[in-house]
Amino acid sequence: MASSTLIPNPVTNNTDRARDSAKRRKRKKIQRQSNGNGRDQNSQNLSISNDQITPWKSEVQQQVYSSKLLQALRQVRQSSGTGNPPTKSPRRGRAVHEAADRVLAVTAKGRTRWSRAILTNKLKLKFMKSNRRQRGMVATATGNSRLKKPRASILRLKTKNLPAVQRKTRVLGGLVPGCRKQSLPVVLEEATDYIPALEMQIRAMTALVNLLSGGSSSTSVTGAGHLGHLSFSRPPPNL
Amino acid sequence: MSTRRSRTRQSTTSRISDDQINDLVSKLQQLLPEIRNRRSDKVSASKVLQETCNYIRSLHREVDDLSERLSELLENTDSTQASIIRSLLSQ
Repeated sequence: MASSTLIPNPVTNNTDRARDSAKRRKRKKIQRQSNGNGRDQNSQNLSISNDQITPWKSEVQQQVYSSKLLQALRQVRQSSGTGNPPTKSPRRGRAVHEAADRVLAVTAKGRTRWSRAILTNKLKLKFMKSNRRQRGMVATATGNSRLKKPRASILRLKTKNLPAVQRKTRVLGGLVPGCRKQSLPVVLEEATDYIPALEMQIRAMTALVNLLSGGSSSTSVTGAGHLGHLSFSRPPPNL
Repeated sequence: MSTRRSRTRQSTTSRISDDQINDLVSKLQQLLPEIRNRRSDKVSASKVLQETCNYIRSLHREVDDLSERLSELLENTDSTQASIIRSLLSQ
């Protein structure tokens, strides 16, 4: 992909180099994926051109995310591993969660509001204390995706201005990053992209946990397809 | 674009038609496991919003749990290193 940075401000971070090398590896991986993966029909449509919208369900996307996540997790471990007492698990769990969210936002390529909000929030917390003024800097162009006719009819949204709907919109906006004070259609659109992204994140992290914990058989094997063939075909190392 | 009723499309203000919002709600509805399994035809938008909130909260909780487990696994350095390197190399 031609665009190298999602954020105008340069990030003086180690993850930049990791991201670039991961991008190069991702390109090779996507081409290999398109040739050798017979299980996924989605990857054939969108393998080479990164300009098309990559659905979150595709194996390709999960591969991309998993490799980036591994690198980010290694850095989390390096930054907090040396000299820290082992009783810091709540904070490290939180660090892992934030790293996973950050990698998820990077994988989203900045096309959605929530991904940009995650990334700019990281910057804000690092360099600046106040975070109210910076919200306006985030670009607000979200291309309106294809709108088809609904398959299941829902009740007419005459109640758009009801306080109940408004209240639920605020709650939902609080859950999706970056949508705290957005209107209903914006919140709906962001949630429609955020939910498959979260599901993919869960699949990838589950696969990673299974891989690292010795490849023991678990229920969620479906997401462990690409990484799982390692743990199931080969005995795990001494753990 | 679409031949719906003519309206002025200011960028992000609320000049979006009800039809478009209905489309968005129905698309969101397809993602929710609860409503998809129930196969009911008519679901109110408020219910969809409610289910979406619940679902996102449960997804967040699951990611939290997974992060905890991952962080515990990461403390085991040597074998983690080996398996990470192996998985990266064989992709």
